[in-house]
Amino acid sequence: MLDAVYHIKSFCHIKNNTVSLNDSILYQDKTSGFSEFIKAAYKTIETNYPKFFKMDNLSKLSFLAADILLKNEGLDTEVDNNIAIIFSNKSSSLDTDRKYQESIQNKNSYYPSPAVFVYTLPNICIGEISIKYKLYSENSFFIFANFNAEHLFAYTNSLLLTNKANEVLCGWVEFDDQHYEAFLYLVSKEGTIEHTTKEITKLYQNQKTT
Amino acid sequence: MEGLKQELKEKIIEQLNLEDIAVAEIQDNDSLFGDGLGLDSIDALELIVMLDKDYGIKLTDPKEGKKIFQSIEIMANYISEHRTK
Repeated sequence: MLDAVYHIKSFCHIKNNTVSLNDSILYQDKTSGFSEFIKAAYKTIETNYPKFFKMDNLSKLSFLAADILLKNEGLDTEVDNNIAIIFSNKSSSLDTDRKYQESIQNKNSYYPSPAVFVYTLPNICIGEISIKYKLYSENSFFIFANFNAEHLFAYTNSLLLTNKANEVLCGWVEFDDQHYEAFLYLVSKEGTIEHTTKEITKLYQNQKTT
Repeated sequence: MEGLKQELKEKIIEQLNLEDIAVAEIQDNDSLFGDGLGLDSIDALELIVMLDKDYGIKLTDPKEGKKIFQSIEIMANYISEHRTK
């Protein structure tokens, strides 16, 4: 049953200060740090969602990659779009967890930030995307030591085969300290790239940077 | 008082990450929540922390914030009367 063929409709990379959609570079700035880079990318891509600036780094990264893919679909958010979201990474929300820990480390300066605390779970980024696109769909966030194409493939196919979702937005969104990497792809009945672990791995490994 | 109002506007923009809003755009009597600046419940909690950290004012009941955070004008008056630092 899991052999049924679905397709990868589109894919997005954000890595090495480069944003690309289906192997076309949308934005690139090789000189700036993550904060400046992601803000400039947001403006270039015309995401126009002020809450973006309140998000933690993992959510900014995930949100922008997802927004690029979903905007490309021209979705009508007033109808029910049954797009499941399945994300994964290695460091969970550790980068934000550390920031929160710092704010409660010193008993003489104990001011825990509510705005930081709300991002101390990795799946919050899925919530941000679901709010923007009004998705009431299935979602999960998995933690793996490395990118796990087999798991994403099996889970996605299971959701599609059991009609839990019409499409699945899935992939890898990792942020820890200065290291960041997003690779998201949309799986559907339509598309030209076969949804197989081989193709997923190939797309993940081959981000175009020039 | 004018200095405090200016300071509050700058702090709100910086601490609540209101990237697209400039100090000059916030009027003293603008609503901070709802149709005004559009702040949300997490922002309200962040403002409560700011009162404690920067002005030594501890709000024990978060509902108090609803009255105090109506506008910059009301916030500045409240802080002037209750600040301990």
